[in-house]
Amino acid sequence: MVLMPFQAQIHITLKPSIFDPAGAAIEASLHQLGHDQVAQVRLGKIITFVVDALEAETARQQATQMCEQLLANPVIEHYTVDIQPVGSQRQAVQA
Amino acid sequence: MISVIPAGQPSVIRDPLPAGSCRFGVLTFPGSNCDRDVVWVTRHVLNCPTRLIWHQETQIDDCDVVVIPGGFSYGDYLRCGAMAKVAPVMAAVRAFANRGGLVLGICNGFQVLVEAGMLPGALLRNANLHFICDRVALEIERTDLPWTQQYTSQSLITLPIAHGEGCYLCDPDTLATLEANRQVVFRYQGKAPNGSLDRIAGICNPEGNVLGLMPHPERAADPALGSTDGLPLWAGLMQSVAARV
Repeated sequence: MVLMPFQAQIHITLKPSIFDPAGAAIEASLHQLGHDQVAQVRLGKIITFVVDALEAETARQQATQMCEQLLANPVIEHYTVDIQPVGSQRQAVQA
Repeated sequence: MISVIPAGQPSVIRDPLPAGSCRFGVLTFPGSNCDRDVVWVTRHVLNCPTRLIWHQETQIDDCDVVVIPGGFSYGDYLRCGAMAKVAPVMAAVRAFANRGGLVLGICNGFQVLVEAGMLPGALLRNANLHFICDRVALEIERTDLPWTQQYTSQSLITLPIAHGEGCYLCDPDTLATLEANRQVVFRYQGKAPNGSLDRIAGICNPEGNVLGLMPHPERAADPALGSTDGLPLWAGLMQSVAARV
C-alpha cells in the first residue's frame, strides 16, 4: 500500500451552449489584429495539483469528485481531468 | 457595537439573540462587504436583534432570518460563491432552510445560494462584461410571500444593483419549473441590464422560504439614503415572524 504522487490537470470551460462574453471579446480583439480566420474563442481555466493515490484511476476518481463538489459548476461548465504519474512527466521534460 | 467571533472559535453562540422579536443573523465571509449595511437596516432602522455570523460558526438556531450579504466572498476566486458554499456555516444554513427558516441571499449571497444548489440555475458574467452599478426598476411578480407581502401587487420598485456576475441562466426545463411554481419573484423592467434569462432578478425555492436576488434592498431602506423601496421587504419579514408566534 504505497501512495504515489500524480499530477492532475483540470481543464474547465463554459459548456458550448453557454455564451462566453469574455471569449467573444478576445475574438473581437484577435480580429482587430487581422486574425480574421479565428472563430469560436472560449476562455477557460486550468487547475493543477498533485494528488497522492494508490493508482492513476483512484487519482482520477478523486479529482473528478473534486470537480463535481467545487472546482467546476456542472450547471454551466464542462471539465476534463488529466492524470499523469509525477515521475513520467519529469522524464518527458528531460527527453 | 458589532462583534465578530474570531476564526477557530468553538461552535457555541456566545450571546444568543433574545427571543420575542424578529431575530436576524447576517453571515460574514472573508470578503463580504454588505454585511454591515444589512445590520444597519435590521438593528438600527428596524430595531430588531441582529448579530453577525462568522463563516466558521455552526450554530444559528437563535435566528429567525439568515441573510447572506453582498460582497466578494473569498475574493470571488474560482467562481463567485463557490468557496463560500463549502464554508462550515453553510451546512447550518441548509439545515435552517430545510426547517423552514427564512434565508435571504443578496447579490453575492444569491450567487452563494445557486452555487450551493439551494436555488436552481447559475449566475454568469454580465453579458456586456461591465460591472454594473446603477438603480434599476423591478417588477414584483407575487406578493404572497414573506419577502413581498408588504408590496402591492403589480407594483414597480427601484433598487440599486452593483455586480459583475448577475446574468441568470438555467436550462429550459428548469425555467419551465420556475415559472410553473411561480418562483420568479423579481424581474428587471424592460431590458435586463446584465443579460439575465427572462429578465430574472430574483427567485425563490418552491417553498418560498429561500430568496436570492441581485438588487440590494438593504441599500434602499433608510430615508437618509434617498430611497425606501427596499424597506417593505424587511418589514414583511418582521410581519411573518411575528405571525408565527
